[in-house]
Amino acid sequence: MGESGGRSGTKVAYREIEGQSAGYWVAVIACGLLAAAGVVTALYMRAEGHHVTGMNNQIVWGLPHVLAVFLIVAASGALNVASIASVFGRPLYKPLARLSGLLAVALLIGGLWNLVLDLGRPGHLLAAVLYPNFRSIFAWNIYLYTGFLVIVGFYLWFMMERRLNPHTHAVGVLAFLWRLVLTTGTGSIFGFLAARSAYDSAVLAPLFILTSFAFGLAIFALVLLGGFKVLGRPVGARLLARLKSLLAVFVAAVLYFVAVYHLTNLYMAGHRGVESFTLVTGGIFPVLFWGGQIFIGGVVPLVLLLRPAPRADVGALARTLTAASAAVVAGGLAQIYVIIIGGQSYPLQMFPGLIVKSSFYDGVVHNYVPHWPETVLALSGIAIAALIVLVAVRLLPFLPESLEDHVVSVHGERTATAETAGGQSVAGT
Amino acid sequence: MSDRSQTTGSLDEEGGGQEPDALRRKLLKLAGAAVALTLAPGVTVLARDLVVKGSGGHKTPVRYGLLIDANACKSGCESCVRACQDYNGLSHDPGPDNAQWIRKVTIVNPKTGFSRSFPVMCQHCENAACVDVCPTGASFRRPDGIVLVDKHRCIGCRYCLMACPYKARSFVARNVSDQKPWAPRGKGTAEGCTMCVERVEAGKPPACVAACNRAGHKAMVFGNLHDPKSAIALRLSEVATTTIRADLGLGPSVHYRGI
Repeated sequence: MGESGGRSGTKVAYREIEGQSAGYWVAVIACGLLAAAGVVTALYMRAEGHHVTGMNNQIVWGLPHVLAVFLIVAASGALNVASIASVFGRPLYKPLARLSGLLAVALLIGGLWNLVLDLGRPGHLLAAVLYPNFRSIFAWNIYLYTGFLVIVGFYLWFMMERRLNPHTHAVGVLAFLWRLVLTTGTGSIFGFLAARSAYDSAVLAPLFILTSFAFGLAIFALVLLGGFKVLGRPVGARLLARLKSLLAVFVAAVLYFVAVYHLTNLYMAGHRGVESFTLVTGGIFPVLFWGGQIFIGGVVPLVLLLRPAPRADVGALARTLTAASAAVVAGGLAQIYVIIIGGQSYPLQMFPGLIVKSSFYDGVVHNYVPHWPETVLALSGIAIAALIVLVAVRLLPFLPESLEDHVVSVHGERTATAETAGGQSVAGT
Repeated sequence: MSDRSQTTGSLDEEGGGQEPDALRRKLLKLAGAAVALTLAPGVTVLARDLVVKGSGGHKTPVRYGLLIDANACKSGCESCVRACQDYNGLSHDPGPDNAQWIRKVTIVNPKTGFSRSFPVMCQHCENAACVDVCPTGASFRRPDGIVLVDKHRCIGCRYCLMACPYKARSFVARNVSDQKPWAPRGKGTAEGCTMCVERVEAGKPPACVAACNRAGHKAMVFGNLHDPKSAIALRLSEVATTTIRADLGLGPSVHYRGI
């Protein structure tokens, strides 16, 4: 099935972008400058120490980590489109597989960029390779992340090299399994922390997998639609309708896991303190949770995506998908902010039920205001991811020339059939 | 073989070219030495773990610990905190990004009004969360139970600060000055109470314990938990004590009475 999908995919024509326009160069230079600013900021933080940031001994991980986790989670999710094509044999997604793999690599590098440059001693990173402690999920993640880059690299190669196309399914399966483990590992960074009330939950691993599906697809859709609009390459209604339904399913699944996570905590008396903090009393965090994560990231996209819309109206479909994807990304950032910053703002429960005071801010809700260094650093992670995509699509044929209905095939049909049908038929689902 | 080595040496001194196989041998020797140097510390640590075998049901003959009597600890007294800061070269300023290896914590039961004040520092856990989560093994536990940070290996990821339930780890967020030779610190690395390991190795109690005794409170007992005749072991066998967040199963070496 996968091979059939693989063969049909080869009929799609891919082309590098021209990359001569002023807009392209402005984007490349802007991203390059922001990425460079991130490096300079990291050097400044290294020279001065992290006291120049808003992070301290209470809020240990800040904005760079929010963006890093968001990008890493989104990276594994961005690969899903390729997986649907080559693992689950849906030829409709085949023309998107290259961009899917590219985005996965770019987003992961962007996330790692933030994590590494924020280290207290980034120059000592090699210690993690030379002396790995395999009781640490961080140590595992180093291998999971680098392994992911290598596997997706091969995956892209196999997709782009015609002679290797028959092996795409095999490496696609490996990449898919790897990404599931990778996101489990990312979720477990928090899930394994018994010390902090907001974490300490096995649900975080599957929650992160589901959020990765939603974030990854949303970013993928934004890049695809934005890119194709700028390039003037056409996208057909069939593909848009499918992506729209898929995103709705993912968003609903995230909401389900979020509900399970919070209901479980609410049921356990010992966790009610942190729940009331996140949901009601915690200042900015309930606002971000209800307004950002649930409303903007959940309700708005679901309403947009599930609203009946005329399938033939490509423009309306594209606008809906763009708006819903942007909402998912905004809500996703709020979600990760609530998890990472909110989880640290709530004081450690050293003596549950007692009032605790000390010179070390025990028992105090911690405030976090990002300063400019970590803000620049956090944004530079996005910049480097964007830069990778911009350069890659110019150098190699990642993007199809067209995604019109007659180009993309539907499940069970060969591309040739779809081509002769002239794109008049409507996708089955 | 030695002749050839000498030949190589003389060629070297004369600035002439080396025979390829001699050069290769030299390179191999260097590589071997590099590998040995790299592996040696690890092998030593492993060997130490194997050598230290205990008696009396314990895996190790020594496990250093503290017993802190909150009933004897005087509210408002900061002798232990000051002694730690002075001895280890830490700032007296409790800023949000300054390290606090030990702090006085006051707990109040809102329902009964019961209140106690006592010091909290690294609890030197048997199953230390900081040791588990450290990606490089920089956080490590010595065979005598003291948990330390290897500054050379610490990459400054702060995962240990996230994982420790006692908020016992600090991150060095500023340039450090006035370092003590026995308490090396490093900007960009994690740190915490070392139980004054060099004092302990010299047969002296940690600075905080000595200060508490000098202040006349005698609220802190230090000693070998695995020696049934030690003062701390005898005291622990007589009075009811607990550990902070015992439910987490981390097995702290610091025991408390009266909380």
